[in-house]
Amino acid sequence: MKMREINAKQITDAVSDLCMKANFDIPDDVIQVIKKAYQEEPSPQGKDVLKQIIDNDEIAHNEQVPMCQDTGLAVFFVELGQDAHIAGGLLNDAINDGVRKGYKDGYLRKSTCNPFTRKNVGDNTPSIIHVEVVPGDKVKIIMAAKGGGSENMSRVMMMKPSDGLEGIKKYIIDRVRESGSNPCPPIIVGVGIGGTFERSALIAKKSLLRPLGTPNPDPELDKLEKELLTSINKLGIGPMGLGGRTTALAVHVIVEPCHIASLPLAVNIQCHSARHKEITI
Amino acid sequence: MTDILKIKTPLTDEVVSKLKSGDSVLITGVMYTGRDAAHKRMIDALNKGEKLPFDIQGQIIYYVGPSPAKPGKPIGSAGPTTSYRMDAYAPTLIKLGLKGMIGKGWRAKDVIDACIKYKAIYFGATGGAGALIARAIKKADIIAYDDLGPEAVRRIEVVDFPAIVINDAFGNDLYVKGVEQYKQTI
Ligand code: SF4
Repeated sequence: MKMREINAKQITDAVSDLCMKANFDIPDDVIQVIKKAYQEEPSPQGKDVLKQIIDNDEIAHNEQVPMCQDTGLAVFFVELGQDAHIAGGLLNDAINDGVRKGYKDGYLRKSTCNPFTRKNVGDNTPSIIHVEVVPGDKVKIIMAAKGGGSENMSRVMMMKPSDGLEGIKKYIIDRVRESGSNPCPPIIVGVGIGGTFERSALIAKKSLLRPLGTPNPDPELDKLEKELLTSINKLGIGPMGLGGRTTALAVHVIVEPCHIASLPLAVNIQCHSARHKEITI
Repeated sequence: MTDILKIKTPLTDEVVSKLKSGDSVLITGVMYTGRDAAHKRMIDALNKGEKLPFDIQGQIIYYVGPSPAKPGKPIGSAGPTTSYRMDAYAPTLIKLGLKGMIGKGWRAKDVIDACIKYKAIYFGATGGAGALIARAIKKADIIAYDDLGPEAVRRIEVVDFPAIVINDAFGNDLYVKGVEQYKQTI
Protein backbone atom coordinates (compact mmCIF):
# COMPACT_ATOMS: atom_id res chain seq x y z
CA MET A 1 0.00 0.00 0.00
CA LYS A 2 1.38 3.36 -1.01
CA MET A 3 1.40 6.16 1.55
CA ARG A 4 -0.19 9.46 0.58
CA GLU A 5 2.08 12.40 1.21
CA ILE A 6 0.86 15.50 3.00
CA ASN A 7 3.23 18.41 3.23
CA ALA A 8 3.88 19.89 6.68
CA LYS A 9 3.68 23.38 5.19
CA GLN A 10 0.17 22.65 4.01
CA ILE A 11 -0.78 21.73 7.57
CA THR A 12 0.78 24.92 8.96
CA ASP A 13 -1.20 27.08 6.54
CA ALA A 14 -4.42 25.21 7.24
CA VAL A 15 -3.94 25.51 11.00
CA SER A 16 -3.22 29.23 10.78
CA ASP A 17 -6.47 29.68 8.91
CA LEU A 18 -8.42 27.51 11.37
CA CYS A 19 -7.18 29.56 14.34
CA MET A 20 -8.45 32.76 12.78
CA LYS A 21 -11.73 31.43 11.43
CA ALA A 22 -12.58 29.66 14.68
CA ASN A 23 -12.17 32.93 16.57
CA PHE A 24 -14.01 35.14 14.07
CA ASP A 25 -16.98 32.99 13.07
CA ILE A 26 -19.31 31.45 15.63
CA PRO A 27 -20.43 28.01 14.43
CA ASP A 28 -23.91 28.07 12.89
CA ASP A 29 -25.31 25.40 15.21
CA VAL A 30 -24.26 27.43 18.26
CA ILE A 31 -25.71 30.76 17.13
CA GLN A 32 -28.99 29.10 16.12
CA VAL A 33 -29.45 27.71 19.63
CA ILE A 34 -28.55 31.10 21.17
CA LYS A 35 -31.13 32.80 18.93
CA LYS A 36 -33.77 30.29 20.01
CA ALA A 37 -32.88 30.92 23.67
CA TYR A 38 -33.26 34.67 23.06
CA GLN A 39 -36.84 34.10 21.92
CA GLU A 40 -37.65 31.96 24.94
CA GLU A 41 -35.76 33.65 27.81
CA PRO A 42 -38.29 35.21 30.25
CA SER A 43 -35.79 37.40 32.14
CA PRO A 44 -35.46 40.89 30.59
CA GLN A 45 -31.83 41.17 31.72
CA GLY A 46 -31.11 37.67 30.46
CA LYS A 47 -32.64 38.66 27.13
CA ASP A 48 -30.44 41.78 26.96
CA VAL A 49 -27.35 39.62 27.47
CA LEU A 50 -28.38 37.15 24.76
CA LYS A 51 -29.03 40.05 22.40
CA GLN A 52 -25.53 41.42 23.12
CA ILE A 53 -24.05 38.01 22.37
CA ILE A 54 -25.94 37.71 19.09
CA ASP A 55 -24.89 41.25 18.05
CA ASN A 56 -21.33 40.59 19.16
CA ASP A 57 -20.98 37.42 17.15
CA GLU A 58 -22.34 39.22 14.11
CA ILE A 59 -19.80 42.06 14.49
CA ALA A 60 -17.00 39.51 14.89
CA HIS A 61 -18.01 37.73 11.72
CA ASN A 62 -18.54 40.89 9.66
CA GLU A 63 -15.34 42.62 10.77
CA GLN A 64 -13.30 39.41 11.06
CA VAL A 65 -12.24 40.16 14.63
CA PRO A 66 -12.26 37.76 17.59
CA MET A 67 -15.70 37.37 19.17
CA CYS A 68 -14.02 37.16 22.59
CA GLN A 69 -10.70 38.71 23.64
CA ASP A 70 -9.76 35.41 25.26
CA THR A 71 -8.87 33.64 22.05
CA GLY A 72 -7.98 30.63 24.09
CA LEU A 73 -5.36 28.00 24.21
CA ALA A 74 -5.36 26.28 20.84
CA VAL A 75 -6.60 22.72 21.31
CA PHE A 76 -6.36 20.27 18.42
CA PHE A 77 -8.03 16.95 17.77
CA VAL A 78 -6.18 15.33 14.89
CA GLU A 79 -7.44 12.24 13.13
CA LEU A 80 -4.46 10.96 11.21
CA GLY A 81 -5.13 8.38 8.51
CA GLN A 82 -2.65 5.53 8.92
CA ASP A 83 -1.90 5.63 5.19
CA ALA A 84 -0.97 9.31 5.29
CA HIS A 85 2.64 10.42 5.62
CA ILE A 86 3.54 13.91 6.83
CA ALA A 87 6.51 15.06 4.74
CA GLY A 88 8.90 17.94 5.31
CA GLY A 89 8.53 18.27 9.08
CA LEU A 90 6.97 16.95 12.25
CA LEU A 91 3.20 17.06 12.67
CA ASN A 92 3.37 18.83 16.05
CA ASP A 93 5.82 21.42 14.75
CA ALA A 94 3.64 22.06 11.74
CA ILE A 95 0.63 22.65 13.98
CA ASN A 96 2.50 24.93 16.39
CA ASP A 97 3.92 26.93 13.47
CA GLY A 98 0.35 27.36 12.26
CA VAL A 99 -0.71 28.58 15.70
CA ARG A 100 2.14 31.12 15.78
CA LYS A 101 1.17 32.41 12.37
CA GLY A 102 -2.59 32.43 12.92
CA TYR A 103 -2.45 34.14 16.30
CA LYS A 104 -0.11 36.80 14.90
CA ASP A 105 -1.79 37.46 11.57
CA GLY A 106 -5.28 37.35 13.07
CA TYR A 107 -4.45 39.78 15.92
CA LEU A 108 -5.46 37.08 18.39
CA ARG A 109 -4.47 37.27 22.03
CA LYS A 110 -1.53 35.17 23.16
CA SER A 111 -2.50 33.50 26.40
CA THR A 112 0.08 30.82 27.22
CA CYS A 113 2.34 31.57 30.16
CA ASN A 114 4.79 30.02 32.59
CA PRO A 115 2.73 28.56 35.46
CA PHE A 116 5.03 29.98 38.15
CA THR A 117 6.45 33.27 36.85
CA ARG A 118 3.25 33.89 34.80
CA LYS A 119 5.49 35.26 32.03
CA ASN A 120 3.68 35.17 28.70
CA VAL A 121 5.29 32.81 26.15
CA GLY A 122 4.38 35.36 23.51
CA ASP A 123 3.15 33.24 20.61
CA ASN A 124 0.36 31.14 22.14
CA THR A 125 2.34 27.93 21.89
CA PRO A 126 2.60 25.16 22.82
CA SER A 127 -0.84 24.16 21.67
CA ILE A 128 -2.62 21.14 23.09
CA ILE A 129 -2.57 18.35 20.51
CA HIS A 130 -4.49 15.07 20.67
CA VAL A 131 -3.73 12.66 17.82
CA GLU A 132 -5.74 9.58 16.98
CA VAL A 133 -4.73 7.20 14.20
CA VAL A 134 -7.68 6.26 11.98
CA PRO A 135 -8.16 4.28 8.74
CA GLY A 136 -7.56 6.09 5.43
CA ASP A 137 -4.96 8.41 3.94
CA LYS A 138 -6.28 11.81 5.01
CA VAL A 139 -5.72 14.01 8.01
CA LYS A 140 -8.62 15.74 9.75
CA ILE A 141 -7.74 18.62 12.04
CA ILE A 142 -10.25 20.10 14.47
CA MET A 143 -9.17 23.31 16.19
CA ALA A 144 -10.93 24.43 19.36
CA ALA A 145 -10.10 27.78 20.99
CA LYS A 146 -10.60 27.12 24.71
CA GLY A 147 -10.97 30.13 26.96
CA GLY A 148 -9.71 30.17 30.54
CA GLY A 149 -12.90 31.35 32.25
CA SER A 150 -14.94 28.28 31.46
CA GLU A 151 -11.99 25.88 31.60
CA ASN A 152 -11.31 27.03 35.20
CA MET A 153 -14.80 25.90 36.22
CA SER A 154 -14.18 22.35 34.90
CA ARG A 155 -13.36 19.42 37.16
CA VAL A 156 -12.33 15.76 37.17
CA MET A 157 -13.79 13.78 40.05
CA MET A 158 -12.93 10.19 40.85
CA MET A 159 -16.37 9.13 42.10
CA LYS A 160 -17.01 5.95 44.04
CA PRO A 161 -18.77 3.20 42.09
CA SER A 162 -21.44 3.24 44.82
CA ASP A 163 -22.23 6.89 43.98
CA GLY A 164 -23.91 5.55 40.85
CA LEU A 165 -25.87 7.55 38.30
CA GLU A 166 -27.63 9.61 40.97
CA GLY A 167 -24.27 10.70 42.39
CA ILE A 168 -23.07 11.58 38.91
CA LYS A 169 -26.12 13.72 38.17
CA LYS A 170 -25.79 15.53 41.49
CA TYR A 171 -22.10 16.26 40.94
CA ILE A 172 -22.74 17.71 37.47
CA ILE A 173 -25.63 19.91 38.61
CA ASP A 174 -23.70 21.11 41.68
CA ARG A 175 -20.71 21.94 39.47
CA VAL A 176 -22.85 24.17 37.25
CA ARG A 177 -24.49 25.80 40.29
CA GLU A 178 -21.15 26.56 41.93
CA SER A 179 -19.71 27.92 38.67
CA GLY A 180 -22.56 30.46 38.57
CA SER A 181 -21.76 33.43 36.39
CA ASN A 182 -18.02 32.73 36.10
CA PRO A 183 -17.89 30.64 32.90
CA CYS A 184 -20.02 33.06 30.82
CA PRO A 185 -23.35 31.28 30.71
CA PRO A 186 -25.16 30.15 28.66
CA ILE A 187 -22.76 27.25 28.73
CA ILE A 188 -22.41 23.85 27.13
CA VAL A 189 -21.68 21.10 29.63
CA GLY A 190 -19.34 18.38 28.35
CA VAL A 191 -19.40 15.23 30.46
CA GLY A 192 -16.98 12.29 30.28
CA ILE A 193 -17.83 9.22 32.33
CA GLY A 194 -15.46 6.24 32.56
CA GLY A 195 -12.00 5.53 31.20
CA THR A 196 -9.18 6.63 33.47
CA PHE A 197 -8.47 9.93 35.23
CA GLU A 198 -7.11 11.61 32.08
CA ARG A 199 -9.35 9.77 29.63
CA SER A 200 -12.52 11.06 31.29
CA ALA A 201 -11.30 14.64 30.81
CA LEU A 202 -10.44 14.01 27.19
CA ILE A 203 -13.83 12.51 26.30
CA ALA A 204 -15.59 15.31 28.19
CA LYS A 205 -13.77 17.83 25.99
CA LYS A 206 -14.45 15.76 22.87
CA SER A 207 -18.17 15.67 23.63
CA LEU A 208 -18.20 19.46 23.17
CA LEU A 209 -17.42 19.02 19.48
CA ARG A 210 -20.75 17.37 18.70
CA PRO A 211 -22.97 19.86 16.86
CA LEU A 212 -25.62 21.43 19.10
CA GLY A 213 -29.10 20.19 18.41
CA THR A 214 -27.98 16.72 17.32
CA PRO A 215 -29.10 13.84 19.52
CA ASN A 216 -26.72 11.53 21.36
CA PRO A 217 -26.47 8.36 19.24
CA ASP A 218 -27.26 6.29 22.35
CA PRO A 219 -30.98 6.74 23.24
CA GLU A 220 -30.36 6.19 26.98
CA LEU A 221 -27.63 8.84 27.05
CA ASP A 222 -29.81 11.14 24.99
CA LYS A 223 -32.46 10.87 27.70
CA LEU A 224 -29.84 11.55 30.37
CA GLU A 225 -28.57 14.63 28.51
CA LYS A 226 -32.07 16.07 28.21
CA GLU A 227 -32.85 15.37 31.86
CA LEU A 228 -29.64 17.08 32.98
CA LEU A 229 -30.31 20.07 30.72
CA THR A 230 -33.79 20.52 32.16
CA SER A 231 -32.45 20.35 35.73
CA ILE A 232 -29.59 22.76 35.01
CA ASN A 233 -31.96 25.28 33.45
CA LYS A 234 -34.03 25.23 36.64
CA LEU A 235 -31.07 26.53 38.64
CA GLY A 236 -32.04 30.10 37.75
CA ILE A 237 -28.50 31.24 36.90
CA GLY A 238 -29.43 32.48 33.42
CA PRO A 239 -27.37 34.42 30.86
CA MET A 240 -24.22 35.81 32.54
CA GLY A 241 -25.65 34.72 35.89
CA LEU A 242 -28.07 37.65 36.11
CA GLY A 243 -31.00 35.31 36.68
CA GLY A 244 -32.97 33.48 34.02
CA ARG A 245 -33.79 30.17 32.41
CA THR A 246 -31.00 29.87 29.84
CA THR A 247 -28.12 28.59 31.93
CA ALA A 248 -27.01 25.87 29.52
CA LEU A 249 -27.56 25.42 25.81
CA ALA A 250 -26.81 21.70 25.88
CA VAL A 251 -25.35 18.84 27.89
CA HIS A 252 -23.24 16.31 25.99
CA VAL A 253 -22.20 12.99 27.48
CA ILE A 254 -19.66 10.38 26.39
CA VAL A 255 -19.38 7.12 28.32
CA GLU A 256 -16.60 4.53 28.17
CA PRO A 257 -15.80 1.44 30.28
CA CYS A 258 -13.68 2.01 33.38
CA HIS A 259 -11.74 0.02 36.01
CA ILE A 260 -13.82 -2.15 38.39
CA ALA A 261 -12.60 0.01 41.29
CA SER A 262 -13.29 3.39 39.66
CA LEU A 263 -15.92 5.78 38.42
CA PRO A 264 -14.11 8.72 36.77
CA LEU A 265 -16.30 11.72 36.02
CA ALA A 266 -15.15 14.81 34.15
CA VAL A 267 -17.19 17.97 33.65
CA ASN A 268 -15.74 20.28 31.03
CA ILE A 269 -17.57 23.59 30.93
CA GLN A 270 -17.69 25.45 27.64
CA CYS A 271 -18.84 29.05 27.38
CA HIS A 272 -21.20 30.39 24.73
CA SER A 273 -18.12 31.31 22.64
CA ALA A 274 -18.02 27.67 21.59
CA ARG A 275 -15.36 28.07 18.96
CA HIS A 276 -14.18 25.25 16.78
CA LYS A 277 -13.41 24.72 13.11
CA GLU A 278 -12.17 21.74 11.17
CA ILE A 279 -10.51 20.82 7.91
CA THR A 280 -9.73 17.55 6.16
CA ILE A 281 -6.63 17.43 4.02
CA MET B 1 -34.60 46.59 26.97
CA THR B 2 -34.35 47.47 30.65
CA ASP B 3 -34.00 51.15 31.71
CA ILE B 4 -30.51 52.54 31.36
CA LEU B 5 -28.69 55.10 33.51
CA LYS B 6 -25.85 57.18 32.08
CA ILE B 7 -22.93 57.76 34.43
CA LYS B 8 -19.55 59.46 34.18
CA THR B 9 -16.13 58.68 35.62
CA PRO B 10 -14.52 59.39 38.03
CA LEU B 11 -17.33 58.13 40.27
CA THR B 12 -18.40 60.24 43.26
CA ASP B 13 -19.94 58.95 46.48
CA GLU B 14 -23.14 60.64 45.42
CA VAL B 15 -23.36 58.66 42.17
CA VAL B 16 -22.31 55.44 43.90
CA SER B 17 -25.08 55.90 46.46
CA LYS B 18 -27.67 56.24 43.71
CA LEU B 19 -26.73 53.00 41.97
CA LYS B 20 -28.72 49.89 42.86
CA SER B 21 -27.98 46.29 42.15
CA GLY B 22 -29.70 45.39 38.86
CA ASP B 23 -29.36 48.87 37.29
CA SER B 24 -28.18 48.88 33.69
CA VAL B 25 -25.66 51.66 33.08
CA LEU B 26 -23.74 53.26 30.24
CA ILE B 27 -20.37 54.56 31.44
CA THR B 28 -18.50 57.46 29.83
CA GLY B 29 -15.07 58.78 30.72
CA VAL B 30 -11.65 57.43 31.62
CA MET B 31 -11.10 53.96 33.13
CA TYR B 32 -8.05 51.79 33.73
CA THR B 33 -7.53 48.17 32.76
CA GLY B 34 -5.87 45.57 34.91
CA ARG B 35 -6.12 41.84 35.54
CA ASP B 36 -4.17 39.15 37.38
CA ALA B 37 -0.53 40.07 36.87
CA ALA B 38 -1.11 43.85 36.98
CA HIS B 39 -2.97 43.54 40.29
CA LYS B 40 -0.15 41.51 41.77
CA ARG B 41 2.34 44.19 40.71
CA MET B 42 0.23 47.05 42.03
CA ILE B 43 -0.11 45.40 45.43
CA ASP B 44 3.62 44.55 45.47
CA ALA B 45 4.34 48.22 44.72
CA LEU B 46 2.15 49.36 47.60
CA ASN B 47 3.83 46.87 49.93
CA LYS B 48 7.20 48.35 48.99
CA GLY B 49 5.89 51.83 49.73
CA GLU B 50 5.81 52.78 46.04
CA LYS B 51 3.02 54.61 44.24
CA LEU B 52 0.34 53.06 42.04
CA PRO B 53 0.76 53.74 38.30
CA PHE B 54 -2.31 56.03 38.33
CA ASP B 55 -4.30 58.10 40.85
CA ILE B 56 -6.94 55.65 42.00
CA GLN B 57 -9.36 58.19 43.59
CA GLY B 58 -12.84 57.65 42.19
CA GLN B 59 -11.57 55.43 39.39
CA ILE B 60 -12.95 52.29 37.80
CA ILE B 61 -10.71 49.32 37.01
CA TYR B 62 -11.88 47.16 34.12
CA TYR B 63 -10.73 43.54 34.42
CA VAL B 64 -9.73 42.89 30.83
CA GLY B 65 -6.85 41.55 28.79
CA PRO B 66 -7.69 42.79 25.29
CA SER B 67 -6.68 41.12 22.07
CA PRO B 68 -4.18 43.12 19.97
CA ALA B 69 -5.56 46.13 18.10
CA LYS B 70 -5.86 45.83 14.34
CA PRO B 71 -4.17 48.70 12.48
CA GLY B 72 -6.27 51.85 12.79
CA LYS B 73 -8.23 50.60 15.80
CA PRO B 74 -7.65 51.74 19.41
CA ILE B 75 -8.01 48.24 20.83
CA GLY B 76 -8.84 44.67 19.89
CA SER B 77 -11.72 42.69 21.38
CA ALA B 78 -12.15 43.67 25.00
CA GLY B 79 -14.71 41.81 27.09
CA PRO B 80 -14.43 41.23 30.86
CA THR B 81 -12.43 38.47 32.51
CA THR B 82 -13.55 36.53 35.60
CA SER B 83 -13.26 38.73 38.68
CA TYR B 84 -12.73 36.32 41.59
CA ARG B 85 -9.03 36.10 40.72
CA MET B 86 -8.70 39.77 41.73
CA ASP B 87 -10.52 39.25 45.06
CA ALA B 88 -7.28 38.98 47.00
CA TYR B 89 -6.24 42.46 45.85
CA ALA B 90 -9.47 44.40 45.41
CA PRO B 91 -10.23 45.34 49.07
CA THR B 92 -6.84 47.08 49.39
CA LEU B 93 -7.53 49.17 46.28
CA ILE B 94 -11.09 49.99 47.36
CA LYS B 95 -9.75 51.23 50.68
CA LEU B 96 -7.40 53.54 48.78
CA GLY B 97 -10.28 55.12 46.85
CA LEU B 98 -11.17 52.78 43.97
CA LYS B 99 -14.87 53.30 43.30
CA GLY B 100 -15.69 50.74 40.65
CA MET B 101 -14.67 47.41 39.18
CA ILE B 102 -15.97 45.86 35.99
CA GLY B 103 -15.72 42.13 35.39
CA LYS B 104 -17.81 39.00 35.39
CA GLY B 105 -18.64 36.42 38.03
CA TRP B 106 -19.16 36.47 41.79
CA ARG B 107 -16.96 38.28 44.31
CA ALA B 108 -15.67 37.20 47.71
CA LYS B 109 -17.34 38.45 50.88
CA ASP B 110 -14.30 40.66 51.61
CA VAL B 111 -14.83 42.56 48.37
CA ILE B 112 -18.57 42.95 48.91
CA ASP B 113 -17.93 44.17 52.47
CA ALA B 114 -15.35 46.68 51.22
CA CYS B 115 -17.91 47.97 48.68
CA ILE B 116 -20.31 48.66 51.55
CA LYS B 117 -17.73 50.14 53.89
CA TYR B 118 -15.98 52.43 51.41
CA LYS B 119 -18.84 52.94 48.94
CA ALA B 120 -17.82 51.19 45.74
CA ILE B 121 -19.60 49.31 42.98
CA TYR B 122 -18.94 46.03 41.24
CA PHE B 123 -20.29 46.12 37.70
CA GLY B 124 -20.77 43.14 35.40
CA ALA B 125 -20.21 43.28 31.66
CA THR B 126 -21.16 40.58 29.18
CA GLY B 127 -18.39 38.01 28.98
CA GLY B 128 -17.62 36.94 25.46
CA ALA B 129 -19.02 40.16 23.98
CA GLY B 130 -15.50 41.46 23.31
CA ALA B 131 -16.11 42.71 19.79
CA LEU B 132 -19.25 44.59 20.83
CA ILE B 133 -17.75 46.15 23.97
CA ALA B 134 -14.64 47.27 22.05
CA ARG B 135 -16.86 49.70 20.14
CA ALA B 136 -17.34 51.69 23.36
CA ILE B 137 -13.57 52.10 23.79
CA LYS B 138 -12.38 55.12 21.84
CA LYS B 139 -8.78 55.36 22.98
CA ALA B 140 -6.34 53.09 24.79
CA ASP B 141 -2.80 53.82 25.99
CA ILE B 142 -0.52 51.53 27.92
CA ILE B 143 0.58 53.44 31.03
CA ALA B 144 2.34 50.72 33.03
CA TYR B 145 3.78 47.19 32.94
CA ASP B 146 4.23 47.12 29.19
CA ASP B 147 6.07 43.80 29.47
CA LEU B 148 2.85 42.09 30.57
CA GLY B 149 1.46 42.31 27.04
CA PRO B 150 -2.32 41.78 27.21
CA GLU B 151 -2.10 42.21 30.99
CA ALA B 152 -0.47 45.68 30.90
CA VAL B 153 -2.32 48.56 32.57
CA ARG B 154 -4.08 50.73 30.00
CA ARG B 155 -5.79 54.07 30.35
CA ILE B 156 -8.92 53.82 28.25
CA GLU B 157 -11.48 56.39 27.19
CA VAL B 158 -14.96 54.98 26.89
CA VAL B 159 -18.27 56.29 25.65
CA ASP B 160 -21.47 54.52 26.69
CA PHE B 161 -19.74 51.41 27.95
CA PRO B 162 -22.55 48.89 28.72
CA ALA B 163 -22.56 47.36 32.20
CA ILE B 164 -24.91 46.31 34.97
CA VAL B 165 -24.64 46.89 38.72
CA ILE B 166 -24.01 43.52 40.40
CA ASN B 167 -22.95 44.56 43.92
CA ASP B 168 -24.07 47.99 45.08
CA ALA B 169 -22.83 49.88 48.15
CA PHE B 170 -25.70 48.57 50.25
CA GLY B 171 -24.88 44.87 50.18
CA ASN B 172 -27.27 43.83 47.41
CA ASP B 173 -26.05 41.18 44.99
CA LEU B 174 -27.71 40.70 41.60
CA TYR B 175 -26.22 37.22 41.25
CA VAL B 176 -28.13 36.17 44.38
CA LYS B 177 -31.28 38.15 43.67
CA GLY B 178 -31.53 37.14 40.00
CA VAL B 179 -31.08 33.45 40.72
CA GLU B 180 -33.67 33.58 43.53
CA GLN B 181 -36.16 35.04 41.12
CA TYR B 182 -35.79 32.37 38.44
CA LYS B 183 -34.89 29.29 40.46
CA GLN B 184 -37.28 26.33 40.22
CA THR B 185 -37.21 23.13 42.23
CA ILE B 186 -35.31 20.32 40.56
S1 SF4 C 1 -15.39 32.08 29.37
FE1 SF4 C 1 -15.50 32.08 27.12
S2 SF4 C 1 -16.79 33.82 26.54
FE2 SF4 C 1 -16.16 34.08 28.69
S3 SF4 C 1 -14.34 35.38 28.55
FE3 SF4 C 1 -13.64 33.25 28.62
S4 SF4 C 1 -13.46 32.61 26.46
FE4 SF4 C 1 -14.65 34.48 26.52
